[in-house]
Amino acid sequence: MEFLTIIQIGDSTIRLAIPLLLACLAGLFSERAGIFDIGLEGKMLAAAFLAAAISFVSGSAWIGLLAGITISILLSIIHGLASITFRGNQLISGVAINFLAAGLTVVVAQSWFSQGSRTPQLSGSARFEPIVLPGALSRMREIMEASPMAQLYSELISGHTIIVYIGFLAVPLSWWILYRTRFGLRLRAVGENPAAVDTAGISVVRLRFAAVAIAGILCGIAGAYLSTALQAGFTKDMTANRGFIALAALIFAKWRPWYAMGTCLLFGFFFAIDNRFQNIQMPALWFVIICVALAAGMLFYAIRRTRLDMVVLGGFAVVLLAVAVAVVFGTESLSAGIKLPTQLTQSLPYILTVVVLAGFVGKAIPPRAGGEAYVKER
Amino acid sequence: MSAAPAIELKGISKAFGPVQANKDISIRVMPGTIHGIIGENGAGKSTLMSILYGFYKADAGEIFINGQKTEIPDSQAAIASGIGMVFQHFKLVENFTVLENIILGAEDGALLRPSLAKARDELKSLAEEYGLNVDPDAVIEDIGVGMQQRVEILKALYRQADILILDEPTGVLTPAEADQLFRILERLKTEGKTIVLITHKLREIMDITDTVSVMRRGEMTATVKTADTSPPELAELMVGRKVLLRVEKVPAKPGEKVLEVRNLNVTDDKGVHRLKNVSFDVRAGEILGIAGVAGNGQSELLEVLGGYEEATGTIRVNGQEIDLSGAHSDGQSRRARGIAHVPEDRQREGLIMDFFAWENTAFGYHHDPAYQQSRLLMDNNAIREETAAKMERFDVRPPNPQLMAKSFSGGNQQKIVLAREIERNPDLLLVGQPTRGVDIGAIEFIHQQIVALRDQGKAILLVSVELDEIVSLSDRIAVMFDGQIMGERLPEETNAQELGLLMAGITDTDRPHSVAEIEENLANAGVGRAEVGD
Repeated sequence: MEFLTIIQIGDSTIRLAIPLLLACLAGLFSERAGIFDIGLEGKMLAAAFLAAAISFVSGSAWIGLLAGITISILLSIIHGLASITFRGNQLISGVAINFLAAGLTVVVAQSWFSQGSRTPQLSGSARFEPIVLPGALSRMREIMEASPMAQLYSELISGHTIIVYIGFLAVPLSWWILYRTRFGLRLRAVGENPAAVDTAGISVVRLRFAAVAIAGILCGIAGAYLSTALQAGFTKDMTANRGFIALAALIFAKWRPWYAMGTCLLFGFFFAIDNRFQNIQMPALWFVIICVALAAGMLFYAIRRTRLDMVVLGGFAVVLLAVAVAVVFGTESLSAGIKLPTQLTQSLPYILTVVVLAGFVGKAIPPRAGGEAYVKER
Repeated sequence: MSAAPAIELKGISKAFGPVQANKDISIRVMPGTIHGIIGENGAGKSTLMSILYGFYKADAGEIFINGQKTEIPDSQAAIASGIGMVFQHFKLVENFTVLENIILGAEDGALLRPSLAKARDELKSLAEEYGLNVDPDAVIEDIGVGMQQRVEILKALYRQADILILDEPTGVLTPAEADQLFRILERLKTEGKTIVLITHKLREIMDITDTVSVMRRGEMTATVKTADTSPPELAELMVGRKVLLRVEKVPAKPGEKVLEVRNLNVTDDKGVHRLKNVSFDVRAGEILGIAGVAGNGQSELLEVLGGYEEATGTIRVNGQEIDLSGAHSDGQSRRARGIAHVPEDRQREGLIMDFFAWENTAFGYHHDPAYQQSRLLMDNNAIREETAAKMERFDVRPPNPQLMAKSFSGGNQQKIVLAREIERNPDLLLVGQPTRGVDIGAIEFIHQQIVALRDQGKAILLVSVELDEIVSLSDRIAVMFDGQIMGERLPEETNAQELGLLMAGITDTDRPHSVAEIEENLANAGVGRAEVGD
């Protein structure tokens, strides 16, 4: 593989990781304050639509971004009202937001633009353009002929939209807010033991609303990025479950900002692989070795775990071994190349999500008061 | 004295729906004194203090702090008036450090670093002034319950509290830790702080308070100088009638071994060794009391015997070994062997709170042929009638089988559980915390029932964190610490001090021990964490 190819996969990884990262940080603020937010998906989707629509109408991506953030905050406030003020079930409220967004975006888009539930293609200032950093090369031909360092700088570091840089800056900023400020201390406390915060004379409700609103802002940026930076316009269900993947990433990241960045980059990498290699060719032998190695690893891990883990992981291992056996007998020679179906590469991020959620990544301790409305005890 | 009272409440009333929790309560707490408030569960003590701390708004009445009329709409206002509260269930963030917990809500400025530095200095001077030593960087979940309580007190002092309210502070402490707490409180008193101590333990009131107020059914029935009163008088004021504080019982006549436990070991999901080679016997016609601070393996012991925790070792009942692992170990199989179980946490393990009383009395015994109408249908009327009779015999009030379990008071809930288990005529009764959260009047009745069962020649295993209860009921006492039995004593040959040392894991009880030694021992054990319900 050429160096430039690797750089390009890295570049693609970053582009695709950013919406996940922003959504993941949104979930982080919300969940650290004790509010589960399954509605990340819906908020992103609503923001994606409104950002694209307003960008098109106004001709300014920035106004679109503002509109996306606004609608996302509005949905957050609905979530807050339902789950903080009225102490409703946080999961149900989140699911309702997802339904609301999935349905309304399509209906409104159709009646507004009549283009099959899409917004018109965005161009010019209605879209966030890549920023070319000083000294970076922007033409493909120049990049291909440049030195590796110049390629790295021009392709990987330079040439992203402003939102990408905002997304990466949000990581240290989130860390600093959470661990170095009074607000962060209180926010973490309210997710662990709201009674401690309440008896200290601080409003639990206000803190949780603040957290939910921050989640709204970050989701809004993530949504706007999808429709006005990554793509040029809104299409139906364009979030493609990124909100849920962000939740899985959040668990993987153990509710910590820097870990969240690492996890989201990993998920982004899988998406990038899928984008880059629609059809992966590899020798059948390699494939068989990978399958057997994975199966052996799972079994080795499962042996020391509970019975349930053994059944689940054992099941995975059996499937992998069956695939390996099928390949051995299905191909003429083991050195012959086999083509991996695109569906396999496409499903990689989602498979990873399932694995993460099944708890195979070590113990992640969620905020202790997560998911529970705070009621003063008598 | 001419000084204004530190706290004066005038005509405080508070109702929750139809329940009048506080009725026209007036009280004066003089500065620099320790004022006890005693009363049964539900007498309204906690409600009154919650009003003082701004958790509830009183329907009527006035609050004066140091002679000034004060409105306390929220906790912030209470803190500003110099009131600090140490709740029964600590309000600490478990995975924060001591320092972070102390500054939470009392930070100086938006950034943490300066606040933490200031708190560190302040903590050092508070430690010197009041003898309250705590490692500021320790994480709450790693330190013992006594230490956590100290953090709560420090939290209040850091906020410059002059009035300290402690709600049932000794419930989770060993006797040694409780003694130390009282020494701290006395030190605070000499430094001029005012302390309000809420408790239902008469001994604590007599030991430490200057003045005591008694509450009953939402009313303040008396305020007296502690020196002028006596435990029986206070008990009578609390309950409204004369109460026997000590159980009257004839000497036990132990018979055959009913329960033999040998080398019982339990390891929990996290790999913590919860029971370590526990062995003991219980004979027919005797009560074996297991003393210990909550969380030292007593719960696991009851769970194993009750059939819902796996273990290794042997247990024999009436000479026959019972299965400890696998599919045949459950509550049902235990009942078939004549073991009845009154679990420690009646609201979670003993009853289903949203079910009717009659349904609750059938649980575990629902296969009884007397309860079946046909192969498929249960004879609910039969259960209801039987329940009504049981409720009558066990003095459950109100004796109505059609009420949900949650609508009974703690004591009456416990009586329902006891009625279900005792009336099945078991050979062995396991009883965990029989009087936790139960009123004095009901305690008397429950104790009488347990002793009566013993006198019928049944074997009884009693687990309780209340040392007084263990001493007054048991015929033999075993003390548990860190999953082991530290020793057995006869109640008439031991005393609270010796048992207290055993509870802290110290077996050479003849030698004098310092508090520091006891604390170190408790900390090393890594158990004894608070897991106590109300």
